Amino acid sequence: MLHFLMRRVLIALPTIILISIFVFALQKLLPGDPLLVLAGEERDPEVLEFLREKYRLNDPIPVQYLAWIGNALQGDLGTSLRSNQPVTELMAEKLPVTIQLAVMSMIFALVIGIPAGILSAVKKGTVTDYVANVVALSGLSIPNFWLGIMLILLVSVKWQLLPASGYVPLSEDFWQSLRTMVMPAFVLGTALAATLMRHTRSAMLGVLSADYVRTARAKGLSERVVILKHSFRNALTPIVTLTALLFGELIAGAVLTEQIFTIPGFGKLVVDAVFNRDYAVVQGIVLVTAVGFIFMNLLADMMYFVLNPRLRGQ
Amino acid sequence: MPVSGTAKSQDLASADALLTLKDLTLRFKGQTNDVVHSVSLRVRQGEVLCVVGESGCGKSVTSMAIMGLLPGKATQISSGKLSFLAQDWDLATDCLPTEVRGREIAMIFQEPMTSLNPSFRIGDQIAEAVQRRRGNSRTEALERAEVMLQRVGIANPKQRLRAYPHQLSGGMRQRVMIAMALANDPQILIADEPTTALDVTIQAQILDLIRDLRDETGMGTLMITHDLGVVAEVADTVAVMYGGQVVEQGPVAEIFNNPQHPYTIGLMSAMPRLDRPGERLAIVPGTVPTISNMPEGCRFRTRCAFATAACAQRPKLRDVASEHEVACHFAPLETHVKVSA
Repeated sequence: MLHFLMRRVLIALPTIILISIFVFALQKLLPGDPLLVLAGEERDPEVLEFLREKYRLNDPIPVQYLAWIGNALQGDLGTSLRSNQPVTELMAEKLPVTIQLAVMSMIFALVIGIPAGILSAVKKGTVTDYVANVVALSGLSIPNFWLGIMLILLVSVKWQLLPASGYVPLSEDFWQSLRTMVMPAFVLGTALAATLMRHTRSAMLGVLSADYVRTARAKGLSERVVILKHSFRNALTPIVTLTALLFGELIAGAVLTEQIFTIPGFGKLVVDAVFNRDYAVVQGIVLVTAVGFIFMNLLADMMYFVLNPRLRGQ
Repeated sequence: MPVSGTAKSQDLASADALLTLKDLTLRFKGQTNDVVHSVSLRVRQGEVLCVVGESGCGKSVTSMAIMGLLPGKATQISSGKLSFLAQDWDLATDCLPTEVRGREIAMIFQEPMTSLNPSFRIGDQIAEAVQRRRGNSRTEALERAEVMLQRVGIANPKQRLRAYPHQLSGGMRQRVMIAMALANDPQILIADEPTTALDVTIQAQILDLIRDLRDETGMGTLMITHDLGVVAEVADTVAVMYGGQVVEQGPVAEIFNNPQHPYTIGLMSAMPRLDRPGERLAIVPGTVPTISNMPEGCRFRTRCAFATAACAQRPKLRDVASEHEVACHFAPLETHVKVSA
């Protein structure tokens, strides 16, 4: 197992390096000059030159990259050109928001997607199966922004049940925090639930016809045990992988949903940074989310060992 | 052909029937012909009944129908009465309740490699069956599992309890399956080709094991097989199936020494024999018609050398000797035997 993990980490390293080069290079290729934003209306050539020196923009690009990645390794992602705050500080502010949203969305996705997938596999070819599939397909096809706006319109404006937007930290007011987050989490979660449901269904279908499921029935076990224990346990591998990857995506931020519900998460931070040509922030966020995504992948790999005794022995 | 079980047939005749299946008829949904047609079987205490036939003759489906393991979505049972434990079940409307299945009647399968759940330790898989039945604690159930592993001849049973299926060989896995099936002391064991996937020496060991356990517990065994060697080894009684019907049944010695149905005769002469080396094996000409192409009347008549117009009438199973039944208009017909022997 250790050997396997080491190999995975070794594969992950070049991926991270490549991503960092990409992120850095893309920024340099983009048209527009962040200093024009920074220098304001005056655009005094001397001021510009001073700023160029200060942010080392006159160095060759590889040197700039090395300086940036060197600092990044030491936990310094630079400072925002706009707010002059350290990038790490900016992200540390947004991270709890994004994680709370991601966790709540994932809970929605799991609670809806997995039971629906199991049900439609067990009831394959029946009305239940068709209904579940139609609902899942709708979940996949309805754009998040539309669902979000509709929910705001109905739940917040018309029925006045939940706040339409904003964010309250968990530590400040637990219930209010959940109340503000539940709609965006639902919007994100339902879309993921549809994906999860489809994968759960196909994994379960593969397992339900297995010989050991027949053995479980022959033992006289109840249908509940046969399905939830003997079948589902063996269908878990693809579901766990998918969950880890989806969670990685959620961490990267949900730009549209965050915009609609004005949640100050990663998605909003990165969009604002792109519009402001705030290089350091964009680079920092993309790097951190990429590493996060790779970490989730690694976590999925580790789960294989927990789930599959055949791998554990080796 | 040396045949065991002859000595026992006297005792068996007086033994009580443990399980009786009457008139089982079923079809797969969407098809117009029955895959199993009016099959009746009886297993007595301590008896090994072998159901033999080619692939697709309905022997496995019959055993699954008894266990209630056929998917209700895909199969339709139109008749069938199961008598077991002094109770009757109409298989057309219901199946064995889960309290009976796995407790009084247990089953082992053809594929030991895939019949155990790869995600759970074998000790837990055996214990699970026990625990649910007897309301034992997990520890007690695991102790029972250990005893069972010992009984089916697995060395170091205590350590093996913690093994996962992938750590065991095919023969070991089939032993585990048997341990699991017999953990609740069932009265009937259904074994669906339990040795087909195993190599020959392991085959013999598993058959010996089943026979020993039968002698120990007095359970009745319904064994499905296409291997006449296995039949000669373990059977007391034989039922020959063709095209979803029982065409001949009787004591094993009768079937081997005095086969009456042309299909049985064909099967017997298709068996390789050590006492006649180098001889070309006889074959039953043609192939089994698909279910939708089954002929009216006697289902074997398209392949039968003796078929006449009379065979368009479906022959009924009738006695030709004590306990020996044949479904052929011409039985008992000495000429059949003479022609092929």
